[in-house]
Amino acid sequence: MIPSSFDYSAPTTLEEALNLLEEIGDEAKILAGGHSLIPMMKLRFAEPEHLIDLSNVPGLSYINTEGNTVKIGAMTREVDAEESEELNKLFPIFKDVGKLIADPQVRNFGTLGGNLAHGDAANDQPAVMMALNAEIEIIGKEGTRTVGIDDFFFGFYATAVEEGEILTAIKIPIPDGKFGSAYHKSERKVGDYATGGVGVQLTFDSSGTCTKAGIGLTNVNPTPLRASRSEEALVGTTVTDEVIEQAAQFASEDCNPSADLRGDEDYKRRIIKVLTKRMIVKAKERAFS
Amino acid sequence: MIQCKTSKEIGGMGHSVKRKEDDRFVHGTGKYIDDFTLPGMLFMDIIRSPYAYAKITNIDKEAAMAIDGVVAVITGKDLEQYNLHWMPTLMSDMQMVLPTDTVMHQGQEVAAVIAKSREAARDAREAIMVEYETMKPVIDPFKALDDDAPLLRPDKEGQKNNQAWHWEVGDKEATEKVFNEAEVVVKEQMHIPRIHVASIETCGCVANYNKIDNHLTMYMTTQAPHAIRTVFALVAGHVGLTEEKIRVISPDIGGGFGGKVPVFPGYVIAIAASFLIGKPVKWIEDRSDNLTNSFARDYHITAEMAGTKDGKILATRMKVLADHGYTDAAANPSKFPTGMFSIGTGSYDYPTAFMEADAIYTNKPPGGVAYRCSFRVTEAVHAIERITDRYALEIGKDPAELRMQNFIKKEQFPYKSPTGWEYDSGDYHAGLELAMKTVDYQKLREEQKELRKQGKLMGIGLSTFTEIVGAGPSKDFDILGIKMFDSAEIRVHPTGKAIARFGTKSQGQGHETTYGQIIAEELGIPSKDIIVEEGDTDTAPYGLGTYASRSTPTAGAAAAIAARKLRDKAKKIAAYLLEVSEDDLEWETGKFFVKGAPEKSKTIQEIVFASYTNHPQGMEAGFEATHYYDPPNLTFPSGAYICVVDIDPETFDIKVRRFVAIDDAGNIINPMVAQGQVHGGLTQGLAPAMYEEIIYDEEGNAINGTLMDYLVPTAVESPNWETGHTVTPSPHHPIGAKGIGESPTVGAPPAIANAIVDALKPYGVTHMDIPITPYKIFKKLKDMGVLDKPITE
Ligand SMILES: Cc1cc2nc3c(=O)[nH]c(=O)nc-3n(C[C@H](O)[C@H](O)[C@H](O)COP(=O)(O)OP(=O)(O)OC[C@H]3O[C@@H](n4cnc5c(N)ncnc54)[C@H](O)[C@@H]3O)c2cc1C
Repeated sequence: MIPSSFDYSAPTTLEEALNLLEEIGDEAKILAGGHSLIPMMKLRFAEPEHLIDLSNVPGLSYINTEGNTVKIGAMTREVDAEESEELNKLFPIFKDVGKLIADPQVRNFGTLGGNLAHGDAANDQPAVMMALNAEIEIIGKEGTRTVGIDDFFFGFYATAVEEGEILTAIKIPIPDGKFGSAYHKSERKVGDYATGGVGVQLTFDSSGTCTKAGIGLTNVNPTPLRASRSEEALVGTTVTDEVIEQAAQFASEDCNPSADLRGDEDYKRRIIKVLTKRMIVKAKERAFS
Repeated sequence: MIQCKTSKEIGGMGHSVKRKEDDRFVHGTGKYIDDFTLPGMLFMDIIRSPYAYAKITNIDKEAAMAIDGVVAVITGKDLEQYNLHWMPTLMSDMQMVLPTDTVMHQGQEVAAVIAKSREAARDAREAIMVEYETMKPVIDPFKALDDDAPLLRPDKEGQKNNQAWHWEVGDKEATEKVFNEAEVVVKEQMHIPRIHVASIETCGCVANYNKIDNHLTMYMTTQAPHAIRTVFALVAGHVGLTEEKIRVISPDIGGGFGGKVPVFPGYVIAIAASFLIGKPVKWIEDRSDNLTNSFARDYHITAEMAGTKDGKILATRMKVLADHGYTDAAANPSKFPTGMFSIGTGSYDYPTAFMEADAIYTNKPPGGVAYRCSFRVTEAVHAIERITDRYALEIGKDPAELRMQNFIKKEQFPYKSPTGWEYDSGDYHAGLELAMKTVDYQKLREEQKELRKQGKLMGIGLSTFTEIVGAGPSKDFDILGIKMFDSAEIRVHPTGKAIARFGTKSQGQGHETTYGQIIAEELGIPSKDIIVEEGDTDTAPYGLGTYASRSTPTAGAAAAIAARKLRDKAKKIAAYLLEVSEDDLEWETGKFFVKGAPEKSKTIQEIVFASYTNHPQGMEAGFEATHYYDPPNLTFPSGAYICVVDIDPETFDIKVRRFVAIDDAGNIINPMVAQGQVHGGLTQGLAPAMYEEIIYDEEGNAINGTLMDYLVPTAVESPNWETGHTVTPSPHHPIGAKGIGESPTVGAPPAIANAIVDALKPYGVTHMDIPITPYKIFKKLKDMGVLDKPITE
């Protein structure tokens, strides 16, 4: 388990980092927490020639509320999102997902930005961000742009972050009305990637009608998947048992799991159905509590 | 319940003395194999086969040799010049060190690179170009004897098919008769999965051959340093490395569990490399290499039980298909190809049994190591405990009641089993009663009834097992001819402090503490004043090492007897010093005193001092003793385990709600150490029951060869282990101890499997192979066509 040799830089400003990315070109890789990248390098699945470590760039780790948006810096460690009271008061889904990502050692190092930029449908934060309708802030030599989460994931390890760019922040809108969120995944043991995972956020008006629903699915599609039909089924209803059953059914039908050691298609669809049901119930409960 | 005969200061048997070795471990100053660095040391990495069965047509070293820092590439052809390309296994089969033409399993060593840094060695491993001509491998052991299966071992004279050997024990005809006439017969086909010990520390060594002295010092992470030295001498004697020129040093070990008993090819290659290059060579095995190149278990068992309608067991029959990979490299006593599998008649009293086993060659890695199990006992216990439950299910009897009805009774010991063992002692009823009381068994059964009415899945599983450990008596037990005694040597210094050395080798069992306690018990020298040393063949007395729960039964006994020899000597010296006859003296821990005049006494420290300064005329000076202990019988620890599980009826997630383990290990040396052993062992029993299995596809690829997919349970998966014990001392062991290290690993899997099968009883499930996972339950119910069917009791 030894990677091939590589060069390493640790710039102290974003500008310096962007310059290095431009200079070195496609053999450069950003290093955040390293807990996806370094394992791949050790297995020699990835052999980048140059790592650009963002650890020494100040101002990339924060959780701030700005008006009706919560902004999270790309280098915010998973553990900080998991433990932030400010964040979890609004979005308890971060506590849910935090406990389920790997183990404490990994969460102490892994970053939210890295978890998304890795572009792996097996990671848990992508589905969470779909449920929350997040936007991703990306910086390049040309300046900053913002991409909706639905336009962020392209394919296996491919995201909207292009060559020469750096993911800088995640923006999460704070919904109007009552809202609640929840995440759970089925795993074979602690630290395992999901057999299937479901993140849900529901927003209700004062009459108790669901006005907005976000549902993201983990590891049951080549890219992180939004369960659109399930969301539509919930909006405009009071989220009764029948509606929940229907939404869960849609999610299990609309995902595209592939068979592997975690289970065959049938089993994974079943897991998605059960978890969708349970997470809708939990998100609803949280909205009204 | 545990009575201590010594004071806390002396810290003899029964005291929960804190582990001495932990000081250095918690301070990070343990010294493991990778901590050894010698001047000029080179590093070795190993190129491994991507194919399960292939001819090697070419090995191109050029690109590898061009890498900066690469010193040599060694192939089978290079070793062949010295006749070092094959080596004998502990089971007298043959294993390739490096192949000259054919690879027999995925991951097999193909060539070795020696380089000045570990990184360069690794780069060279990637750069070596090997060309293969693949052949269709034999993977399914059930097809290994088909007519069209290739003959995997043409190197073995007279070998006509892929059968390694056949073994049987018991009375075949008598068993058949009982089965033919019995009211009830049950049968299940079971697989005990191929698993790996997955110790934190992988295998590794530093081979240091010194050309000038013609001497090899081998630092290696081995559980059996002396036996290994002898094996090396047997393999390399013909090139001049005879046994007096070999020193094996086994430092702190980061987990052994049986996986560090065999001689793996990597060790021999490292020695050969050091021999050829004349420099020290370090080899530290990669995690995945470790995980996929050896194994434990992999027994396919057809288990049958015959009995009466009202629950009397009459006979058992077991047939094993043992997948050994391409060679039998198991670590069993030589005369026992299936180890102690014949303990599989269990804790029950019936006269008739028959067992047979066929060992099969396949294109899988060799191994069959005794993973925290005294040689195939785990397999045997799983079979008997599962089939006993199956029988209870068949006749509608509570499995606890059925066990109580059939247990060998306390007064029947020593008990001769139908396969020829003499169980030394036990009180099985007491163990199960205590376990049932601890969980409140009747109440659990009532709760289960209620829950089933609500459609909930809850199961209760039992395992009441008998272990067989402490190999072993020299009349039966040897490894390559060397009898399986073990040894202790005690040297007490003039000031009354001691060093004791043993032929065993701790890998976490706490020998440095517990051996000291045995000596303290016998001699009254405080255990903290005794240094225990193992693992250096130049200093320790010869012994067969630590595995099979044998250290306390053999070396622990040797310690007690060596200490008693010293006490006899002490008595003579005390008589001399007190000017009385020996008969007038009485022993009280730590001193001899004159009967009726307790103020006239000599402490052990005074006596020891006298042995160097003022010993009686004609007596040998000094205070040292050695003993090689040859046990008269094995010891038979037992246990009664109860497991309670709840299963989510939608996801089939399995939660172990409770697990109660009542062990009977005879007398306990250190309750805290024993409990630690039980906790670790139970977790390693949970592992194959619910998580671990090395899986092969049809081409012979290990498809879960990393810790990402080979699922080793952690503290998170482990339930709260509730432990307790009954104490039935071994009648023949000097301190009445039986051994504890392996009981929990052996006893836990069937308790868990039985609980899960019991939970699924409403669906008509009668058996599931371990590891039982949520996904497997889903598949099982789906295959049976009962998925989501409403359940009723
Ligand atoms: C044993 C183990 C178990 C795990 N289990 C889980 C799990 O259950 N669920 C889960 O979600 N994750 C899991 N992970 C992954 C973990 O959460 C990673 O830390 C995370 O996916 C990546 O974050 P990182 O900061 O470590 O990124 P890195 O590994 O440093 O980077 C990952 C990728 O993203 C790129 N990148 C990182 N940051 C940026 C940026 N700001 N801008 C542009 N590109 C960037 C890198 O170049 C690289 O390609 C596990 C990891 C391990 C080792």
